[in-house]
Amino acid sequence: MAKQAKAARKNTGKSGFRRALESWQLYVLLLPALLWAIVFAYYPMYGLIIAFKDYKIRQGIIASPWADPIMKYFTQFFSTSIALQAIKNTIVISLESIVFAFPIPVIFALLLNQIQRERPKKLIQTISYAPYFMSNVVVVSIVSVFFSATGVVNHLVANGGSPIMFTSTPQWFRTLYIGSNIWQSMGFNAVIYIAALTAISPDYYEAATIDGASRWQRVRYIDIPMIMPTVILMLILQIGNIMNVGYEKAYLMQNGSNTIVSELISTYVYKVGLQTAQYSFATAVGLFNSVVNFIILVLANFVAKKISDISIF
Amino acid sequence: MAKNKVHKTKMQTSGADKIFNAIVIILMVLVCLVIVYPLYYVVLASITDPVTVNSGKVLLYPENVYLQGYKTTLAYTPLWTAYGNTILYTVVGTLISLVATIPAGYALSRSDLPGRRGLIFVFTFTMFFGGGIIPLYLTIRSLGIYNTIWAMVLPVAVSAYNLIVCRSFFESSVPGELLEAAKVDGCNDFRFFFQIAIPISSTIIAVMALFYATAMWNQFFNALMFLQDDNKMPLQVVLRNLVLMNQANQMGSSGDAMVTKQKLAEQLKYCIVVVSAAPLLIVYPFIQQYFAKGVTIGAVKG
Repeated sequence: MAKQAKAARKNTGKSGFRRALESWQLYVLLLPALLWAIVFAYYPMYGLIIAFKDYKIRQGIIASPWADPIMKYFTQFFSTSIALQAIKNTIVISLESIVFAFPIPVIFALLLNQIQRERPKKLIQTISYAPYFMSNVVVVSIVSVFFSATGVVNHLVANGGSPIMFTSTPQWFRTLYIGSNIWQSMGFNAVIYIAALTAISPDYYEAATIDGASRWQRVRYIDIPMIMPTVILMLILQIGNIMNVGYEKAYLMQNGSNTIVSELISTYVYKVGLQTAQYSFATAVGLFNSVVNFIILVLANFVAKKISDISIF
Repeated sequence: MAKNKVHKTKMQTSGADKIFNAIVIILMVLVCLVIVYPLYYVVLASITDPVTVNSGKVLLYPENVYLQGYKTTLAYTPLWTAYGNTILYTVVGTLISLVATIPAGYALSRSDLPGRRGLIFVFTFTMFFGGGIIPLYLTIRSLGIYNTIWAMVLPVAVSAYNLIVCRSFFESSVPGELLEAAKVDGCNDFRFFFQIAIPISSTIIAVMALFYATAMWNQFFNALMFLQDDNKMPLQVVLRNLVLMNQANQMGSSGDAMVTKQKLAEQLKYCIVVVSAAPLLIVYPFIQQYFAKGVTIGAVKG
């Protein structure tokens, strides 16, 4: 693409400014999205400076005095008992998601690809991503009725004995969170791998079959290596989001008895920020989270580039 | 001769392959069951007598039909107000999103757009770094759109991911020659976009409408943060409150007089889940083909 652009530039031989003027209609097409980015993405980024100020809503961002010392709210965060807990919870739930949930769509795609007949394959795929359309509220509601004291799961597992209080026991929180995540998004996440698998040339399979490779060997020595780049790419993205655990679902699944594991940085930011209106403090916590996350993303990208030449930037 | 050999190897390995096949099929059937059964169960439980539901029987088909839950649900006006709100937010929000995303996706797909790389970066950067909820909340406050429909639709009007999917679509489906030819005939960028690019891009418009509409329909947290009045709340918030309320009721009630009420409360949960998820599930079979297409476009170039 860049080459094409260069060629176009050479052909016309005009200055960048002239060309920009001539493309004004394209900029008009871009304008609504650009306005959105400025107002709802970049202006809030500018608003991050209140993490270093004693923000007062009446004084606004500019006029509010600088915090003294400047890192006051960051040190305040690390002196709370919840800080380490929330950081730990966030990282553990992310790592467990990578270990348990990340491979499932890959395996599902590989298995689905083994089904040769078009119709059942299509049907299974359609079913698999149906839950992706459900809202978190609906999914958490379903989880809560299924895993309640009188729910189906308790009837199946705790026959006769006292019911397991899944939704209010801290030990079960992550299992339910990650398990329902798999239920929700396995099909959706698999689409990418299925697309990569369909792109593999049939020649490979033909050659392998002639050499006497079994079905399993074809998966092992053709399918898996061929989708590896996609898998690594998705893994970088996932690692690069390690600190960004969606607050919505965790918040919905939170209750008084499981906060010890369910309090994440993001849910904590919401609580101190909007429920108790400590704007500067909450912004500082959120900024800490975003910066650490961004550093991890850049590192993950760098490592992947070094070892496999795959990167997102 | 080669053909003969293929045939032979197939014969030799068919035993192991048959087992492999069987395992694949069993696993796939299991996966489908695990995905479908909870949804099916909720629908069944919404029309079944709560006593039967709680007896621990694994429900497979409707029995002991009890429709009180739906009667109560249908008569509950706040739910319908919320339904109306959600429909309004979804329709307005999706339209705004399309107007912002489709033209921008097209503009970014043009390799002759000056400053293209930088502009793309402006959008992709928002996927990896952001101001977070407090600065966004304060932005919404200072714009004066707090507690209005705009607080629901504008912050989520553009998703960088969707924009990239859209750009990839235009890159691969609007041939460069078409543009060249049109330019020779004196066609400007506006005309080309509206009269040539748009008509051949109904797929991406459908995909984008679907992505944005589902996201909008399912919005919960933004409503919690950016709305205040009860009568402006969308379906998801009301659904959440009802489910929570029922749980509270359940805990407090143990007396005999509460039995009927509790029975109803039990069933209401299921009814409300069905009522709020139904529209998406009903249209899902008709739109799912676009969904797969959209994700695949995104996957190839994302």
